[in-house]
Amino acid sequence: MSDAGGADLSRRRFLVRSGLAGTGLAASGLVSSGLLIGLRLADGKDTPPGDPFAPNAYVRIAPDDSITVTIGKSEMGQGIYTSIPMCIAEELDVDPSRVKVEFAPVDKAFFAPGFPAQFTGGSTSTRLTFTQMRFAGAAARFWILAAAAEAWGVAPATLSTSNGVVTDGAQHATYGSLATRAAKLAEGSPPLPLLKLGEKPPLPLKDPKDFRYIGKPQRRLDGLDKVTGRAVYGLDVREPGMLIAVIARSPVFGGRVRHYRDAATRRIKGVVDVRQVPSGVAVLATNTWAARRGCEALEIDWDEQGNGGLSTAAISARYRELAQTPGIEAKESGQTLEVLRQAARSIDVTYEVPYLAHACMEPLNAYAHVTAERAELRVGTQNQSQDAELVAAAVGLKPDQVAIHTTFLGGGFGRRSNYFSDFSVEAAQVSKAAGRPVKVVWTREDDMRGGFYRPLWVSRFRGAVDEHGMPSAWQHIVVGQSVYANSAVAKFAIKNGIDPSSVEGSVDMPYRIPHHRVELHTTENAVPVLFWRSVGNSHTGFVINSFVDELAHLGGQDPYELRRALLKDAPEHLRLLDLVAEKAGWGKPLPEGHAQGIAYHESFGTRVAQVAEVSVLDGKLRVHRVVCGVDPGIVVNPLMVEAQMQSAIVYGLSAALHGEITVENGRTVQGNFNDYEVLRLDEMPVVEVVIAPNGGPVGGVGEAGLPPVAAAVCNAIFAATGKRIRKLPILQNLQTA
Amino acid sequence: MIELHVNGSLRRIDAEPEMPLLWALRDLLGLTGTKYGCGLALCGACTVHVDGDAVRACVTPLASLAGKRITTIEGLSATGDHPVQRAWLEVDVVQCGYCQSGQIMAAAALLAQNPHPTDAEVDSAMSGNICRCGCYQRIRSGIRRAAELAAGAPERA
Repeated sequence: MSDAGGADLSRRRFLVRSGLAGTGLAASGLVSSGLLIGLRLADGKDTPPGDPFAPNAYVRIAPDDSITVTIGKSEMGQGIYTSIPMCIAEELDVDPSRVKVEFAPVDKAFFAPGFPAQFTGGSTSTRLTFTQMRFAGAAARFWILAAAAEAWGVAPATLSTSNGVVTDGAQHATYGSLATRAAKLAEGSPPLPLLKLGEKPPLPLKDPKDFRYIGKPQRRLDGLDKVTGRAVYGLDVREPGMLIAVIARSPVFGGRVRHYRDAATRRIKGVVDVRQVPSGVAVLATNTWAARRGCEALEIDWDEQGNGGLSTAAISARYRELAQTPGIEAKESGQTLEVLRQAARSIDVTYEVPYLAHACMEPLNAYAHVTAERAELRVGTQNQSQDAELVAAAVGLKPDQVAIHTTFLGGGFGRRSNYFSDFSVEAAQVSKAAGRPVKVVWTREDDMRGGFYRPLWVSRFRGAVDEHGMPSAWQHIVVGQSVYANSAVAKFAIKNGIDPSSVEGSVDMPYRIPHHRVELHTTENAVPVLFWRSVGNSHTGFVINSFVDELAHLGGQDPYELRRALLKDAPEHLRLLDLVAEKAGWGKPLPEGHAQGIAYHESFGTRVAQVAEVSVLDGKLRVHRVVCGVDPGIVVNPLMVEAQMQSAIVYGLSAALHGEITVENGRTVQGNFNDYEVLRLDEMPVVEVVIAPNGGPVGGVGEAGLPPVAAAVCNAIFAATGKRIRKLPILQNLQTA
Repeated sequence: MIELHVNGSLRRIDAEPEMPLLWALRDLLGLTGTKYGCGLALCGACTVHVDGDAVRACVTPLASLAGKRITTIEGLSATGDHPVQRAWLEVDVVQCGYCQSGQIMAAAALLAQNPHPTDAEVDSAMSGNICRCGCYQRIRSGIRRAAELAAGAPERA
């Protein structure tokens, strides 16, 4: 039986009856004569006995006035642990700082409107649940008002609330003091419905102008746990009888164990067991160090499954050849090829971006305890629903026999949303094989070399400018692997041979060019690929904004002014671009040797403009400053939006400056932070974030800050040096560009 | 048996002297606030104090710790009120939080030895600590703020 607990959740009820709200329960005959029974005044000291009030799956109010919010989303740094409580607290009318937060079990109640799974990714958390969470808070407040109305014999409409206290002007009661009565009133009502996307809830929500908490800076609710070391990540899980496993994995993608010898391994102090599993040979020990040494002592004969010759050099060369040939048409807005054929001034250039590892700070891991009747997992995952299904299938159970306890995630960036649920399934397999609870720990090298990278992409552009120097035609040929091809949703996602994530940000770029064509070559090879922060936009944001600058140069235009011209019919884009250009002082004098570059991109419903200021002195690049304007439609927490822009800029700069996974002889070359370098504090530019919401709809902020940054930097390098970077990472290609 | 002085108590553990301190802390003593990130002293997630100095626990063998005082994030303060922790909360530094034990221990060691570091000194002391979420700008602000708090500045609401 899963602790997802349909039975438990079914107790959390809310009476949904359109039109009930605001009419007043007094008129519904619910007024009681027991005016003050069970009530506690706001300044009361004693905690009355009674049940907590759990009007729906998301919120619980206890007689001691504690308010607990259960979130179905994973917290991986993006701040949803704070944002969801803010949305609920806004409508419930309590200060979000008071709210305690719990991670939800797997349950349909935590599916998102429009997305039938418990899943965190695609910058969807706030976008899809903004209204649902407010609805949950409003529903809880509705019953609290009903309880006070009943207790005091007044109409709910005469009541008001402020930070968890109800008043009719004369009397006051805390929500906690009304919890038991509210729970009785709400008993028997159906569960809170999951709204359809765009559906209006059957209760009135606040007018945004009346928001007390949404849109105001709110410090993180997980801050204290995280600065004291108390927050529990998957890697921190400790359970009775648990062993720690490290797995000797195939050095080559897709390789399998032919046979192995473990005599030396079993002699290592602390090693308890050795088991073969589909991903390799698991060494189980009382501590991680022994398990790791045990792996090193194994002698394994690998069947490389024909992948021992794989190399990124060959992949790159093949992609570059493909880019010279026509691909499948993903967009054509005119007669691009004809215009290019007749163009007097045109260019033909090719870009390349490498495979990238997510390199989450917390290496992958999962705890599993599988028995004949049940599987229990403790894991930092972005994909609880799918984990439950795939774990069940892997160990011969039903999904409702699998309990997923979500921990904090030490970063996700897409890696913890693997469509094979690789790290969760594998832990369950090891536990089943060994017959005991086990925590599988991936070493940094396992994590780095485990595949599921951002794909290597080649982009060829042909573009032309007219006699006024304005772009007239634009052809983009994209070459690379489909991220969705191996996923469960491939048959829905991929249409006419086009994986939309391969060309996102290109077919729908905001720049308007009279003749705009996009083609796609979808390739296949043994390097596993996956969603990586901003997915397709991670390459299209770079190449498109670089090529706009190339056309600006060809046409003798200022890169900012050309963008203004290409966005002139879209005031929302133009407004943000202008704001950032002004804030950055575009065109104003800069220190000697400094130059600016600009880029603009829209993704995940959020618009972002960036200006980077760099210098290149004696061949040494320094990114000094990034001005970032963001329009996410509606801002829930400006502190978090700012943090996510800084975060995406750092993640994007890490990739742009340093990031590259290469494969030789079927083996990933990079293994740790010495050869897969990331941005460190001494390279951190000053980032200035300007938040300029247009009023809605709400956009995502976890990924949208990343796509423009590499282009902003490369465009600045061009302005500083005349060198055009067409291959990332920058620091490996600056000298040869 | 190996004796370790951790967070003010004497702990005895059955481990080999070559075992890195990190795994003794996490797996044997249950002090999981100190994190594993790389195992090669490249990322700083495992930073603890040994006799007050910031040290990477992942490459520090138990044998080297005889008679030394080890402080982990759990022992930095009883209630999370070390000036660096208070500053971190005020500035809202953390994101995923996984690297932050190491960041805080590195920052606390820096400020203990240099109460008013320059920006260049902060960069130098903190560049061994990777943050993949990119909290660097707020880490810089947090260290400046912690220096003020340690010098007696009042808290900000």
